[in-house]
Amino acid sequence: MSEATANGAHHEEHARGISRWLFTTNHKDIGTLYLWFSFVMLLIGGAMAMYIRAELWEPGIQLSDPNFFNQMTTLHGLIMVFGAVMPAFVGLANWQVPMMIGAPDMALPRMNNWSFWILPFAGLLLVSTIFMEGGGPNFGWTMHAPLSTTYAPPSTDFFIFAVHLLGLSSIMGSINIIATILNMRAPGMTLMKMPMFVWSWLITAFLLIAVMPVLAGAVTMMLTDRNFGTSFFDAAGGGDPLLFQHVFWFFGHPEVYIMILPAFGVISQIIPTFARKPLFGYSSMVYATASIAFLSFIVWAHHMYTTGMPVSGELYFMYATVMIAVPTGVKVFNWVATMWKGSMTFETPMLWALGFLVLFTIGGFTGLMLGVAPADFQYHDTYFVVAHFHYVLVSGALFAIIAGVFYWLPKWTGNMYDEKLAKIHFWWAMISFNVLFFPQHFLGLAGMPRRIPDYALQFTEWNVISSIGGFAFGASWLLFLYIIIKTIRGGEKATDEVWEGADGLEWTVPSPAPYHTFNTAPEVK
Amino acid sequence: MSTTKTKHASSGLVALVTLLASHSALAEWGLNMTQGVTSISRQLYGLHMLVLWICVIIGIGVFGAIFYSIYHHRKSRGAKAAEFHESTTVEVIWTVVPFLILVGVAIPATKTLLYLEDTRDADINIKVTGYQWKWKYDYLDEDISFFSNLAPTSREAISADPTKVENYLLEVDNPIVVPVNKKVRFLITADDVIHAWWIPEFGVKQDAIPGFINDAWAVIEEPGVYRGQCAELCGKDHGYMPIVVEAKSETDYLAWVAEQKATAAADAEAAGKTWSMDELMAKGETVYITSCAACHQANGEGLTGVFPAIKGSPIATEDLPAHLDIILNGKAGTSMQAFGAQLTDTEIAAVITYQRNAWGNNTGEMVQPTEIKAAR
Ligand code: HEC
Ligand SMILES: [Cu+2]
Repeated sequence: MSEATANGAHHEEHARGISRWLFTTNHKDIGTLYLWFSFVMLLIGGAMAMYIRAELWEPGIQLSDPNFFNQMTTLHGLIMVFGAVMPAFVGLANWQVPMMIGAPDMALPRMNNWSFWILPFAGLLLVSTIFMEGGGPNFGWTMHAPLSTTYAPPSTDFFIFAVHLLGLSSIMGSINIIATILNMRAPGMTLMKMPMFVWSWLITAFLLIAVMPVLAGAVTMMLTDRNFGTSFFDAAGGGDPLLFQHVFWFFGHPEVYIMILPAFGVISQIIPTFARKPLFGYSSMVYATASIAFLSFIVWAHHMYTTGMPVSGELYFMYATVMIAVPTGVKVFNWVATMWKGSMTFETPMLWALGFLVLFTIGGFTGLMLGVAPADFQYHDTYFVVAHFHYVLVSGALFAIIAGVFYWLPKWTGNMYDEKLAKIHFWWAMISFNVLFFPQHFLGLAGMPRRIPDYALQFTEWNVISSIGGFAFGASWLLFLYIIIKTIRGGEKATDEVWEGADGLEWTVPSPAPYHTFNTAPEVK
Repeated sequence: MSTTKTKHASSGLVALVTLLASHSALAEWGLNMTQGVTSISRQLYGLHMLVLWICVIIGIGVFGAIFYSIYHHRKSRGAKAAEFHESTTVEVIWTVVPFLILVGVAIPATKTLLYLEDTRDADINIKVTGYQWKWKYDYLDEDISFFSNLAPTSREAISADPTKVENYLLEVDNPIVVPVNKKVRFLITADDVIHAWWIPEFGVKQDAIPGFINDAWAVIEEPGVYRGQCAELCGKDHGYMPIVVEAKSETDYLAWVAEQKATAAADAEAAGKTWSMDELMAKGETVYITSCAACHQANGEGLTGVFPAIKGSPIATEDLPAHLDIILNGKAGTSMQAFGAQLTDTEIAAVITYQRNAWGNNTGEMVQPTEIKAAR
């Protein structure tokens, strides 16, 4: 600590131009880099989604060929998960965790730089596969073998390398977050006094460290099956295609919680602020988050009910899966109880948080339905699943990210955003999101399989509506970009506290937050 | 590009408006899961509705509380924030009550699961094999076996006008036929990648996994034609491998079995005769469209980097033994399958002749079914 105080003299000094960003070890700079990177990925992944919705505008093949369609669904999923949602949360963590626990920076600043700078290369490698001979990965983001091994295009090896890089970045980022939270909290900030966002990231970081190596193992086995004559996933050589699914989903299920737990954290910060009332059950929120994280490790095969598991296995995974509804329900009830008898105002962050609350709950309901194994025999691999995971990942994870961005943007930039435009953007996105995804529940129930470029005529109507919603939702992000740039450029000056009901260390530093904060640790009572 | 886009956009909007307006089309706005025609599918529907209603009721409670609070507890209406928080009693209640509800769901779900997984005592066994991108059916108790491909009417409409085709994408060349009121057991596997055999109206969905055999069963209660699709992403033409099952009365089923056997005998006989060029070309074109065009394309030009062109290819214009070999034995490690196991001698002879003479590959060479037989 004493060293940090000694450096306090040259507070605002940092390199200028490109070298500031290339060599920075400052958590705020790196947070900004992460957030911009994820926004660029959101636009690229979104453009792919626009292609998908355009192809599904009517039956038949109009725009390209089914193989290209498969590349688009695959890359859309991978880019949104690994390029947009995960880095955005790491960006929020970089900016906020040190400021919320009263630390001057992340514990491992050089590694922090490296965690970020791996990402653009991984992203570039991933996207570049589209231009390789034979096209990019076309086997879905779930990359089930042997479609992703023996039958996959040559570019798959590059894709595997990209996944390794992404995993490396995530693992380093998580180590850093854990080290920061465990070692650098201001005096007096015990674990049970940490803000919920910090708690949720601490738990998420452990999940990441536990499962990213599993993904790395899965794709490495793919690599050796493809190139070095092994048969992990090839029945003809004594292997088992289902082994891949078990390994993949052992990573994949915790992965969805990796994307939603930090979202829970953001929402748990925002709702108390705008309800002007403390979080209803802080400790039960912490325990619920931890239970969800634990349960997420023991439910993976609910993605595999139709693979012919033994009945006893199906029963076990069904019971374990529906159990997750309990802690998730606890979270939702606690948020509602926090709002109850509060004194609420509805600035943009609160609108996004409420959008999250309602729509994520709908996604939770469909998740419960999918967890019921026999019923899943009808839902599995249909648009019902597509609707479900977009409700939890878009109106869940993404909405929470946007809520967090508007919540903390005045602290980052020192300027208030344009409230009127931001509200227009919220309602635009909120309505178009539902037009886009709600009909997909109907499509799935009526029998439309997912991942098809072309469909039987009875699915036309809802697909047209879904596409209209899709284009509108896609366009809304250009307005978002405009609002952000406008705020960075100027605007009404933000106060230090920014929000009337805000509580926490980040609101005690000036707006915009100086380049170095908490060189002297604050005292937490 | 942009003009076609706007064309699509406006035609879609017009279509939307007319559809919203027309009454008959409203029947198409499928909203819910089918109840189907088997006891399994009805139970699945029942479970689905049970959980759906539970969610609706909880949803009314939760959303009701949210909106009540948004309306009444807002600062603009002068609401003052209360200070209460933390209550172990409340936390225990909203942990235990959902848990009990879940137990209530798990009981019927367990029963249904045990029921649908009970494939014992089947009357008829049919092996279903998924291939890129078609299904093969083997009747294990009869000597019947055939492939089932997307119907040419649908395939030709993909880049033309699908709206003119009846059952677009849900029609096959050879449907599978089963009797009603018999326990039919499906043994499901795959030859290349993972597929999934799904018929919503039977409540049957099972992954078809290479090297493994899964099973499922159905007792179909009403005669009729039931349609489904492959449900697991299996490559380029995943969307183009439908399933059609015709359920018939016992007598009609037996008549169909007899007919199948007669056709098989006739085919065997046809393989012995000498075919003319025209006959071979006509048959070859049909075989090519149903079995080869998905990859090599109807115009024989393939897809650059993925599926080689047959038009002008040295194998299809010069090296006849290599041509025969790749079709009979496929090429390991690629999606070019061994068609020797899938097509009859006559079909292979015809498709080779077709490939060597279509699209300007004018070799003038003919291959007879007897030559294929000898080459096997
Ligand atoms: C699932 C996709 C697929 C289908 C269906 C398919 N092929 Fe192929 N075919 C391929 C691929 C891939 C190759 C290239 C194999 C290689 O790497 O040499 C190929 C190669 C060939 C070649 C050699 C071409 C050359 O110049 O090297 C011939 C001939 C051929 N196929 C004939 C057929 C016939 C006849 C059918 C239908 C009965 C058929 N194929 C169906 C994928 C397919
Ligand atoms: Cu398939």
